[in-house]
Amino acid sequence: MARIPITEEALIERYGPHLNRTPPGGWDADVEYDRIVDTHCCFCGQQCGIRLKVRDDEVIGFEPRYDFPFNEGRLCPKGVKRYLQGSHPDRLSEPLERDPSSPDGFREVTWEHALARVTSEIQRIQSEYGPDSFAVLSGVSLTNEKSYLMGKFARLGIGTANLDYNGRLCMVSAGAAGKKALGVDRAANPWSDIPLADVVFVAGANIAECHPITTSYIWRARDRGAKLIVMDPRVTPIARKADVFLGVRPGTDLAVLDAMLHVVVREGWIDSDFVAEHTVGFDEAVAAVADATPEWAEGISGVPARRIEEASRLWALSPTGILLHARGIEHSTKGVDNVLACINLGLAAGKYGKPGCGVNTITGQGNGQGGREHGHKCDQLPGNRDITNPTHRAEVASAWGCEESEIPGKGLTAQEIMNAIHAGEIKGLLSICFNPLVSLPDAGFTREALDRLEHYTAIDFFLSETAHHADLVLPGSLHEEDEGTVTTLEGRVVKINAAIPPPANARRDWEIICDIARRLGKGRYFEYTDTEQIFDELTMASAGSAADYAGITWERVVSEQGVFWPCPEEGHPGTPRLFEGGQFHHPDGKARFLPTPWRPPAEETDNDYPVWLTTGRVISQYLSGTQTRRIGPLVDQYPEPLCEMHPQLANSIGVSDGDLVRVTSRRGTMVAPAKVVETIRPDTVFIPYHWPGAQSANLLTQRALDPVSKIPEYKVSAVRVEAAGGRGDVRDDRDLTLHLEDRT
Amino acid sequence: MITLTAPEQAVFAVDHSRCIGCRACVQACSECGTHRGVSLIQLDTVDRLHTTQTVPMVCMHCENPTCAHVCPADAIKQTEDGVVQSSLQPRCIGCSNCVYACPFGIPKYIARFDQMMKCDMCYDRTSEGLKPMCASVCPSDALWYGSREEFERNRSGTLVRDWKFGNQDVRTKVALVVDEPGPIDIFIGRTSRHWLDDPFGLEEMADA
Repeated sequence: MARIPITEEALIERYGPHLNRTPPGGWDADVEYDRIVDTHCCFCGQQCGIRLKVRDDEVIGFEPRYDFPFNEGRLCPKGVKRYLQGSHPDRLSEPLERDPSSPDGFREVTWEHALARVTSEIQRIQSEYGPDSFAVLSGVSLTNEKSYLMGKFARLGIGTANLDYNGRLCMVSAGAAGKKALGVDRAANPWSDIPLADVVFVAGANIAECHPITTSYIWRARDRGAKLIVMDPRVTPIARKADVFLGVRPGTDLAVLDAMLHVVVREGWIDSDFVAEHTVGFDEAVAAVADATPEWAEGISGVPARRIEEASRLWALSPTGILLHARGIEHSTKGVDNVLACINLGLAAGKYGKPGCGVNTITGQGNGQGGREHGHKCDQLPGNRDITNPTHRAEVASAWGCEESEIPGKGLTAQEIMNAIHAGEIKGLLSICFNPLVSLPDAGFTREALDRLEHYTAIDFFLSETAHHADLVLPGSLHEEDEGTVTTLEGRVVKINAAIPPPANARRDWEIICDIARRLGKGRYFEYTDTEQIFDELTMASAGSAADYAGITWERVVSEQGVFWPCPEEGHPGTPRLFEGGQFHHPDGKARFLPTPWRPPAEETDNDYPVWLTTGRVISQYLSGTQTRRIGPLVDQYPEPLCEMHPQLANSIGVSDGDLVRVTSRRGTMVAPAKVVETIRPDTVFIPYHWPGAQSANLLTQRALDPVSKIPEYKVSAVRVEAAGGRGDVRDDRDLTLHLEDRT
Repeated sequence: MITLTAPEQAVFAVDHSRCIGCRACVQACSECGTHRGVSLIQLDTVDRLHTTQTVPMVCMHCENPTCAHVCPADAIKQTEDGVVQSSLQPRCIGCSNCVYACPFGIPKYIARFDQMMKCDMCYDRTSEGLKPMCASVCPSDALWYGSREEFERNRSGTLVRDWKFGNQDVRTKVALVVDEPGPIDIFIGRTSRHWLDDPFGLEEMADA
């Protein structure tokens, strides 16, 4: 029974989000700390180094970590204020069980009761409906150790095929394309290569807001005279300094990328030696863009043909070049093809395997890179192994000490799991580190699905909106309450250190998982007494795989400020730059050009829904906001979703800045204040997705998936925008400053 | 390894063209031990309708500080290395002369402390060779602190410390990074060219 126990308003009243604005004891408290812990930020794949100040087992502030080479002390506002998530009034510290008769909606129960209940529900549902009727949803804010553990737990502990993770909403298009074309799923370069590039091409990445520290790398390239190409429907802060801006219509990036390859071929700007020696499939890829002229692409994308030609020339003829892409092109029903088209451009221009050369995804989530290597994706086993490959299965069975037949087959992806819950095919769910009610598309559908679960257990540190539906909530650990490793967007494995223990009766996530496994009678696979043991098993399980960690130890990770995989044996220095000497990771050492013929997005505008909607992030919030919507200074910075629109569109519907507008798609409708700016295409609106309920941009988005990666097409929806009457609570800079001062 | 910069050799450079408006500086400033919970940096959004341009304002630390000159209580002092400090608590009478007189609009009267407070370039940090909080965290290096040699080795642009406010010439310790040398005359506007042929200005909305 996974309906919310009491009203949404009452749950929010009790469990938040409430805003924590001050460190423990308030601003006037003692600033002395009794220890300072070197670790990393809990938000985003850049994993900036940070030092947390601790007094009496509470995090009271931070200090820049100047010695960590990636960020050298730099932090975005989320990093600066992340310490306010600890000692938070909303922090869950006791196991909770759904109780509609309680004014709180939940009652506190003992761990014994909670663990017995979740175990019996898993067993009941599986015996009644079959092993795959109980699903697990995981997430990649978890460390490598926990990601690995969740994969092993779902397969051997519960014995379900249906395990997937929220990286499905983030990096999977890039991962699938990398594996197909290059034989490996990792950024090609360490970020120190970016300043060595003569051209930087940013395709569908709002770097300033989603990967802020990467800005400094791009500006360092600019200091050396590098040219900058930006492709985006919005003039992002980075785009302000672009030499070529490709203001692309949502969902049409592929037309521009195909036309660029067309121009590069037509003008003879191919690196023929590189293509001949290190690639296969060139002719087929070129044939697919034979008709993709810049003029044709202009008609589809709205980007002037001469800009496409200019970008092609800069990309192909600059001696070195880095292409950076992110969710802008990846959140698409042709997300994999978009990334393949970028890779084709990199291969055609010979821009791989050299200093300042490479095509890279900017991984979004905290452990988005490591989390997609260690086997908590439905199609994957540790070491990025394929769960349908008999050799790979045998290798993992040997590492796990189980029979190959004990490992379930390929399961459903995250959205497909939600579809199967909605269809009544999946009856039980255990989730950790995932808030699908906010983050999956078509939020109205997700809510209906959650209501249909027979049993739902959520492991969480705050009561997320999805956990409102839970039968059991098990209080797990915050990032700063456990130790382990994560792998950054560069492919660098770094160490997360525990600053404080979990509060009261909250427990470390891995301890909870191992306890459930023991109660399910699978304790023999989960005999860990600390997380370093899990890491050591993980590195052993990855030996010989496409993501080989075998030579990495915690000790090396700490003493070397991180180790880049592949690192196949002890003493191996790690591999900051992939593909040196044109050596790709397919057995023949060659990269694959793959054809990327144009196709339209799943939904297009029409008379009823004439405007394109695209969604994304703002700098002060992170993903579904479970943490950042509870940190007061971050909420002050951007308190609610705004609908960014061009003055031409605003004039046509008679609204001005701050007026409320109603945005409606075929899925749902929402109201938000208009933010009228000339920095967005006149045919497009943008709404950030961090909020729940009536403020959820995902009420509007659709469940259309890429056929290969199964990523939802968040970046393209058709909507109608109308004046809703009334004004929003619009603030500007001066208000924010006053607000900070008034708060005394 | 942490690079320390001796205060007398330090350059504090502000480059508006690099700013991405993230407010890391504003948020970090409020973590400073001497004015906890209050940020003394202002981040101005110039004209959001037309551009994402934002401008972080720290105290420019004038060589000949107007704020100190207009203070009737002699409460604003300058250190030997040229850092203009917040008002001295026992002396400040909260009259706000400095708030009105500063050409850059920096000092603030803060009721909670009943005194004028302003950016003191994190004197607790910089006097020990550490970077100020804002320049430590700035993700874009729009706020940058280090040695002149380091700046010249790594950065493009010219450091300018001279300003003309009408008839008032001002020289500051903090430098602005600009394309061309020469003083910054804040009364001379710049004609705007169409940005990369007008993306989304739509020929300045068909010339209004």
